[in-house]
Amino acid sequence: MQDYRELVVKICDIIRPFNKDGIDLNEETDLAGDLGLDSLKVMELLVTVEDSLDISIPLNVLPRVRTIKDFAEQLQLLLSERS
Amino acid sequence: MAIFDKLHPISSALQDLQNCGVDSVNVVIERFTAPFEAVINGRRTVLAGTNNYLGLTFDQECIRAACEALQQEGTGTTGSRMANGNYAAHIALERELAEFFGRKGAIVFSTGYVAILGMITALAGPGDIILIDSDCHASIYDGCRLAGAQFMIFKHNNIGDLEKRLRRLGKQTENTLIVVEGIYSMLGDRAILADIAAVKKNYGACILVDEAHSLGVLGKQGRGLAEEAGVEDDVDFIVGTFSKSLGTIGGYCVSNHSQLELLRFASRPYIFTASPSPSIIASTREALKIIRARPELRSRLWENARTLYQRLKDMDFVLGPAPSPIIPVRLKDIVKAVAFWNRLLEHGVYVNMVLPPATTDGNPLLRCSVSAGHTPEQVEQICEAFASLRDVSGPHLMS
Repeated sequence: MQDYRELVVKICDIIRPFNKDGIDLNEETDLAGDLGLDSLKVMELLVTVEDSLDISIPLNVLPRVRTIKDFAEQLQLLLSERS
Repeated sequence: MAIFDKLHPISSALQDLQNCGVDSVNVVIERFTAPFEAVINGRRTVLAGTNNYLGLTFDQECIRAACEALQQEGTGTTGSRMANGNYAAHIALERELAEFFGRKGAIVFSTGYVAILGMITALAGPGDIILIDSDCHASIYDGCRLAGAQFMIFKHNNIGDLEKRLRRLGKQTENTLIVVEGIYSMLGDRAILADIAAVKKNYGACILVDEAHSLGVLGKQGRGLAEEAGVEDDVDFIVGTFSKSLGTIGGYCVSNHSQLELLRFASRPYIFTASPSPSIIASTREALKIIRARPELRSRLWENARTLYQRLKDMDFVLGPAPSPIIPVRLKDIVKAVAFWNRLLEHGVYVNMVLPPATTDGNPLLRCSVSAGHTPEQVEQICEAFASLRDVSGPHLMS
């Protein structure tokens, strides 16, 4: 199972190209509020994460994801269900 | 009150539109002067945004059947079929739909939206997976949310992406429902159904095809994309609506699965909705007969669609990928879309203005829907109205 810290680092790496204003990325970064990602960008980000981890992320989890921390926790859950 | 705070974005979006001088979501059709002509803002207007593909809303046989049913059975059923009982005509329509599609069974729903919600929620629940094409209609997204199953999207018409997602699911593919559309409602393109059906078979999943915009439009007999693509046997469930080609309101599902009758009892949107009124059922049955008996309507529809598509293409508009009864004029600028839509209305042509997020790529579009009932003169008027947009935009329409 993937370590939580590793997932946070991986998410930050993937988000970097979406971070046009160069804000500091950490667990508390708000994906919509701080990064200003619209729904199309969120979908693009989702697909990149999916391909990177070779998983499919159900859209049902999105309402539970606000920050990078939330995202890493949801990914950890999905990966544990798979293993 | 705080409960209304969430409405602020809607309120400001509507205000922005009104500031542009349009109220595209509140168009009033004052009266009809012909099946595809009406008075809007006091002006005679050609209707090119109706989804009335075969032009049956004013068919005299459909109207006569509806009037007879009104006289004999009244204006409404006043309840659901499980509580108030079935009318004989509900069952007759289900039999006729099953026969038309060559399937063992059919269920009639009160609207197309309810049919989608009813079938998706009955088929998939917690523990199941739903995989939908990203361009699917809002009703399909809503059905997925209501179902409680995990749902995922695959890239529009991208067979590689669908296959990749099925592979990732492993054994869960046995509990997976794939949902696609015959003709997609915004861009007018078809699902690559033969490829999708083959992949679905390989992985042992189940597939539901929403033929809302393709019933009566595609296939030699008008049964839709599954017929045209030659994969009817591989499609588990076909869902559709009466409110487009059939010119009434309602929805249906047809299937060969023996469990269809059980699904009726698992479908809360079916159980807890008032059943379609007798006049609706009567005119729908007549319209279904017409689809079977008058294939020339389909030919005329495609002739009009190809003509309008080619003419708009010749004017350098950016359109959907291929001729279709749904012709989107794709734009990159909301202000231009509003100006174009206004100008078209001033020239006596009504089309649908579709703004993000309802569009698939975040850009606005002007959506034309063509009908077998449009006369050559009306098609010409639509073309001339679009040609007049050059004055608004200059020669480069997408700039």
